[in-house]
Amino acid sequence: MTDNATPEPEATQLETESDKRAQGAPVLEVRDLSVDFGVDKKWVPAAIGLNYEVRAGEVLAIVGESGSGKSASSMALLGLLPSNSRVRGSVKLSGKELLGEKSGNIRDVRGKEVAVIFQEPMTALNPVYTVGAQIVETLRLHNAISPDEAKQRAVRMLELVELPDPEKAFKSYPHQLSGGQRQRAMIAQSLSCDPKLLIADEPTTALDVTVQAEILDLMRNLRNKLDSAIILITHDMGVVADLADRIAVMRHGVIVESGTAQQIFNNPRHEYTQALLAAVPHLGQGADSADVDVTAALAAATHSELESVDHDELVRREVENQAALQLAAEEAAKPKGEPVLELVDVAIEYPKQGRVPAFRAVEGANLVIYPGQVVGLVGESGSGKTTIGRAAVGLLPVAAGSMRVVGQDISGAKRNGKQLHQVRRDIGMVFQDPSSSLNPRLPIGESIGEPMYLAGVAKGVDLQKRIETLLDQVELPRGYRNRYPHELSGGQKQRVGIARALSLQPKLMVADEPTSALDVSVQAKVLELFQNLQKELGFACLFVTHDLAVVDVLADRICVMQRGRIVEQGSREQILRNPQEPYTQRLLAAVPLPDPEKQRERRELRAQLIAAGIE
Amino acid sequence: MTQPTQEEELLAQQALAEAAVTESSEIISGLSQGQIVRKRFFGHTGALIGLAVFALIFLLAFTSVGAFGIPGWWKYNHVDVSPLVNDGVPTSSFWPLAWGEHPFGQDRIGRDLFAMTMRGAQQSITVMVLIGAIAGAVGAIVGGLAGYFRGWVEAILMRLTDVIIIIPLLLLAAVVGQIANRRDQGSWLTGFAANNGVVILGVFLGFVSWVGLARLVRGEFLTLREREFVDAARISGASNARIIFKHILPNAVGVLIVNVTLTMSAAILLETALSYLGLGVKAPDTSLGLLVAQNQEAFATRPWLFWFPGLFIILICLSINFIGDGLRDAFDPRQKKFKAKTAVETTRHSSATAPVAEASKGS
Repeated sequence: MTDNATPEPEATQLETESDKRAQGAPVLEVRDLSVDFGVDKKWVPAAIGLNYEVRAGEVLAIVGESGSGKSASSMALLGLLPSNSRVRGSVKLSGKELLGEKSGNIRDVRGKEVAVIFQEPMTALNPVYTVGAQIVETLRLHNAISPDEAKQRAVRMLELVELPDPEKAFKSYPHQLSGGQRQRAMIAQSLSCDPKLLIADEPTTALDVTVQAEILDLMRNLRNKLDSAIILITHDMGVVADLADRIAVMRHGVIVESGTAQQIFNNPRHEYTQALLAAVPHLGQGADSADVDVTAALAAATHSELESVDHDELVRREVENQAALQLAAEEAAKPKGEPVLELVDVAIEYPKQGRVPAFRAVEGANLVIYPGQVVGLVGESGSGKTTIGRAAVGLLPVAAGSMRVVGQDISGAKRNGKQLHQVRRDIGMVFQDPSSSLNPRLPIGESIGEPMYLAGVAKGVDLQKRIETLLDQVELPRGYRNRYPHELSGGQKQRVGIARALSLQPKLMVADEPTSALDVSVQAKVLELFQNLQKELGFACLFVTHDLAVVDVLADRICVMQRGRIVEQGSREQILRNPQEPYTQRLLAAVPLPDPEKQRERRELRAQLIAAGIE
Repeated sequence: MTQPTQEEELLAQQALAEAAVTESSEIISGLSQGQIVRKRFFGHTGALIGLAVFALIFLLAFTSVGAFGIPGWWKYNHVDVSPLVNDGVPTSSFWPLAWGEHPFGQDRIGRDLFAMTMRGAQQSITVMVLIGAIAGAVGAIVGGLAGYFRGWVEAILMRLTDVIIIIPLLLLAAVVGQIANRRDQGSWLTGFAANNGVVILGVFLGFVSWVGLARLVRGEFLTLREREFVDAARISGASNARIIFKHILPNAVGVLIVNVTLTMSAAILLETALSYLGLGVKAPDTSLGLLVAQNQEAFATRPWLFWFPGLFIILICLSINFIGDGLRDAFDPRQKKFKAKTAVETTRHSSATAPVAEASKGS
């Protein structure tokens, strides 16, 4: 089908509904597509000899890590690459060759026959025009229609993407819409000319899980309604399982494996595909205790029935869950010693700046972390989870309530004062973005050693020795001490960040989404390292993340935050097996599973949750 | 949790590819940011030519007529009057290559134009360096403090820059020129100014032309202070001074250097303009702008008196601008030019280095 290296005799075995539908002529045919980028007087290949095709009504997912060439090859189809690039091969859209076409002709194709949904709706929409004006522009560029007619069609498009108030959305500027609404508006714009092919470049990466689930639902509905071919570019196996008919796995610019979704998920043949699937953290299979069946737990908690799953099967799963829950409760009752971090009715404000009034990001937060415990703080963006993390290390002032960190009350501490200085010797922090959290002008050895140098713990040769030990601990070669951050990959940089946080042997570690900027396979390794270090060194940890699956791997306790409040907290088992708050249930149901069949169950359940009127 | 954009991803790939190049040649210590900038700068032909031309002019100007009381190798100086040779026409010629008695010619009263031009170039370069150093230092400190501390520090410092921006520069220069050139008072300042008019001018211009730089540096600090490595340094226990000078300033140095160079080339023109208007350097001392001004009536009869100082103004400005251009390209990898025709084919995929290294260690 797509990989020309191996003939595909097994393609007949797993005929699915989508396969039957997709018997027509391919909308897009890509043959021997190669993309190179010019770097330092050299052509560096980004994609090598790609072959694939997409039929109408079919979703082809191109999966791979960042830098694997999946985005570059897809942008090459439309000639959207920078000038230092070179594209070779053949790309045929409904039999018409696109490569080597004059720029005027390719402009006609763009928007009309091929449309793109970009990753970041905020930057892909022009902030100085209304959403409506941008859709009208696209419509009138490609169709000879009057402004009024274009407006009517634009409003119809906004209706189609299920925006709550299409008339209002038409007149809104991008910044007046929420992230999910913006992405809907983008989709409306790209669909406005009934494209034959839709390229969705990581369409949900910038969105929260619950919003992501909504957008995925929308895309599935649209696929059925419009019958256009879709190329879905993503690194998230959950998204792939949710939407894709066929999958092409890319690595180092080459498609290493391709096949139907069932083939890839149930029977991956290439070792890289297997590794990729194994690296995805499955929600409910995290820690070494027994697996948690989240779908069953959710069904039980909401008293809903699933059509696709046998009733007996669900009952059996529930009984299992109940037993495990009791065990966990007994364990939780044990005494734990003096808390490392204690929040009592804490409110945190972003201080006012100029005319912008102070903004209260967190209100009435209660949270206790005991030595050696890992607490996961979960929530959507804007829920205040990072705010709590930053306040715990004294980067933000506490507006009300009391915050005790390693035995000291820092709620009244002066910014950069002596007390904070003292407290910070017992705290380490790992930041979200590894490329921003290391000073690009300092060799990483110096970055790691800085806390020890400033605390006066070690100097000179002693300091160098300690830096080497830390590098050993995070499994980086000692020679990397003299390297600069830009010479390291994302995962390596994050290891450096962890080494720096560990350098003063902290009692409390605050990890602010340390893996969200990393690829799945790298994320898995960093998480494993983090877990091992935590067990070995026994520090307590506040782990802030938006990814429930990640927290599930690490955390003993989970706190769920919504709009600046902690809405539910409990042990890992309690939250995953028996979520009480509707918000937690929705959050759990929205996490896509990297398995097409399980995901179908989950999707059904989510639809029921929403139908049941849980706000 | 923003994912990198297309362009950032490309840049990251480029950086990794560069790292891979160093890896393959087995340099363990790794290149520092400074070394990379240097490498890029020396790969920039225009900047190299600019640097060479500037170095040549600098040497020529300071060794030929001498400076700081040390005599130079040229037989005349800018005030000596000697008899007119061939009515003052330049004696140098390209074919046969000859230097002659007065290579750039002589003015009406017989002063050697080569000596005068060299003296003028000295003055211009002195002014330029002074302005660059003073404006750079003041701009970096004011902009850095305003950008880092925000609040009332920023309010005061930025209002101060606003005030300096609105004062007409020529008017101020005229006033300072008048004070510096008053001969009747025997104060220390006027005494010093009478002998070193150009130093006074340079210092003064330096203290008024830092405003643009301060705004740029402030903007750079505003973005850099939000970066996570600043928070990381603060958690490590770093003081404000350490964060400003060790962590933020080195990252803002690209903007600073590039704009100081551009300020310097503008400064030469400013000095020239002031001298041309009679507000800068005063006779009997001379500068390039003054030479052009004094000889503009002679353009029809003795054009060389106009050409040679003008040529040096252009050469100095161009070479400084080219150096600034090269520095900007060196500090900003996005400016990188790429020639498709001369490129070499490689087969190694851009992502093939780092993830492999990552994988081999993780197990």
